[in-house]
Amino acid sequence: MQFDQILQYTLSGLSTGAIYALIGIGFSIIYNATGIINFAQGEFVMLGGLLTLSCLDLLKLPLWAAIPCAVAVSTVVGILFERLAIRPLRHPTPINLVIITIGGSILIRGLAMLVWGKDTHTIPAFSGDAPIAIGGATILPQHIWILAITLIIIMVNKVYFYHTISGKAMRACSYNRRAAGLVGIDVKRMVLFSFIISSAMGSIAGIIVAPLTMTAYDVGVMLGLKGFCAAIIGGMSSGISTVIGGLILGVLESLGAGLISSGYKDAIAFIILLLILFIRPQGLFGKADSERV
Amino acid sequence: MKVKVLSYVAAIITILFSTSVFAAAPIKIGALFAVTGPAAFLGEPERNSAKMVIDEINKAGGVKGRKLELVAYDTTGDATKAVQLATKLIKDDKVVAIIGPSTTGETMAVIPVAEKEQIPLISCSAGSKITDPVKKWVFKTAQNDALAVGKIYEYLQKTKQTTVSILTVSDGFGASGREQLKSQAARYGITIVSDDTYGPKDTDMTAQLTKIRGSHSQAIICWGTNPGPAVVAKNARQLGIKTPLFMSHGVSSKKFIELAGEAAEGVRLPSGKVLVCDVLPNSESQKKSLMLFVKDYQKHYKSEGDHFGGHAWDAVMLLKNAIEHGADTPAAIRDQLEKTKNFCGIGGTFTYSPQDHAGLGKDAFVLVEIKNKDWVIVK
Repeated sequence: MQFDQILQYTLSGLSTGAIYALIGIGFSIIYNATGIINFAQGEFVMLGGLLTLSCLDLLKLPLWAAIPCAVAVSTVVGILFERLAIRPLRHPTPINLVIITIGGSILIRGLAMLVWGKDTHTIPAFSGDAPIAIGGATILPQHIWILAITLIIIMVNKVYFYHTISGKAMRACSYNRRAAGLVGIDVKRMVLFSFIISSAMGSIAGIIVAPLTMTAYDVGVMLGLKGFCAAIIGGMSSGISTVIGGLILGVLESLGAGLISSGYKDAIAFIILLLILFIRPQGLFGKADSERV
Repeated sequence: MKVKVLSYVAAIITILFSTSVFAAAPIKIGALFAVTGPAAFLGEPERNSAKMVIDEINKAGGVKGRKLELVAYDTTGDATKAVQLATKLIKDDKVVAIIGPSTTGETMAVIPVAEKEQIPLISCSAGSKITDPVKKWVFKTAQNDALAVGKIYEYLQKTKQTTVSILTVSDGFGASGREQLKSQAARYGITIVSDDTYGPKDTDMTAQLTKIRGSHSQAIICWGTNPGPAVVAKNARQLGIKTPLFMSHGVSSKKFIELAGEAAEGVRLPSGKVLVCDVLPNSESQKKSLMLFVKDYQKHYKSEGDHFGGHAWDAVMLLKNAIEHGADTPAAIRDQLEKTKNFCGIGGTFTYSPQDHAGLGKDAFVLVEIKNKDWVIVK
């Protein structure tokens, strides 16, 4: 029985962790391209879920069409955010930019509250909700979707950053923006790209998790913070370390809630965040001056 | 002579004028609801219902020829703000009574103001401590948590289930429920074998439920408001837990069935009668009020009236009754409220007395089960 329980905690933790990882990678990509922490990242997660709901209910689209539609609209919001809030800034010091992203997140959340109301909404699971037994534990088909989609996104990311020109250009920006500019890379365009990629990823995370956890205008806050924790554990890398960071966080949360006390679930995430920042600010796996991509 | 006539005319005009002013002056009723913020799910239907019923009373000519005027403020669920707004209602708006606030925390903060200024307060929140001990100026319309807990335990006792696991949300509502669940258990011969909590924003409760599954209890009681309990129901189904699942009256709205979907089937919960008003027997004394409220709410707001809105409806109707009995000052209204007997409202049948300002008995709740996406009364 004890083994079954631990297996269940781990499986639940892995699927929550995969979501944290996707959001965390979104944080890292923008951080690497611009040097800022985009605190509006969580709002794209919220937008993904709620836009899918609207596509299903109002436009009567089938699920397979509603999802790309929602991702596209969230990405447009990401582009608008970069164009209207980040780019026009005359003195883009990191602190100004961070404050702008916080303001942006409050604005997006407020608008979402007006559009979708304060209620919680749910979207149907992608392929039914008959539980699947693994050993003594059970998971839902949606968990498999989450793990699979996360895996695919991470692989696409890898290919993009290492095997395409614009991906390599973004990596160049993250090493040294000035030098990247000097060799002819359009740094501003790379910043826009980074917002496109991370808003799309955030919204996908929001969509695949919505059938399990439901969604509302304010889900972005907590998910955003957890994703940020994952990115910090991973040392702000947009690669595998952030993924592992997210998974560690998810599993520890789940084990902590099950074995110690459910009251401390969120505390566990934030204690880990503080410990990492105090002891290993470069991330769990990073060397002091590691590459960030 | 001329002067005398003139003074008569002046006197008559004054009298006419003053009575007409008197007749036109509306009776001001204050309201404090958490229309925005975390408790908006309470405050919004409450404000809507209060507005709706006062408009209707006025359309029908008011109470004894006087119109009612609702002065409603949004507390955003913040106790400090609630106190400021209560003072404003009393000092600036000169209201004769206050309806609300929506949450227990806010109500406890506002009580000293109402007591000091001697203005009747009819709270729409559920905490038992609001009217226990009885405060002279404070009444409430929401059913006590204790009654809801009692309803579940009564059923468990009847079906000879003696071990339960409880899973409560870590906010005011959950804490109060947890307290009641623990303190009443012994009286019904029930043992709590596992006691867990979850955060109001948590999205996965499989860890807690796995632990509960290991405790082999005969029933699970989850105490919270949406969306948490819907996640609990879904997770329980995912884990294949067959133990009967009970919820609190905090989720007794169609929203819960919509959120939990298939997983809601078979869940049992104590609920105000408003939810099941169309399946209540006609002999039920509350049925008329309930049907009226539900139909009206549907007409005005295109959504289902719930028992939260019902608390405000009850508060306005109780005030209306008091004013109908000739009370128009705060002190007279308070005295009339205390004399309320067998008033059939939405929350239940109210009978206030100097010893009881909550006014409801266990019959305020019925135990319902969710079957085929609808409510069925558990016999």
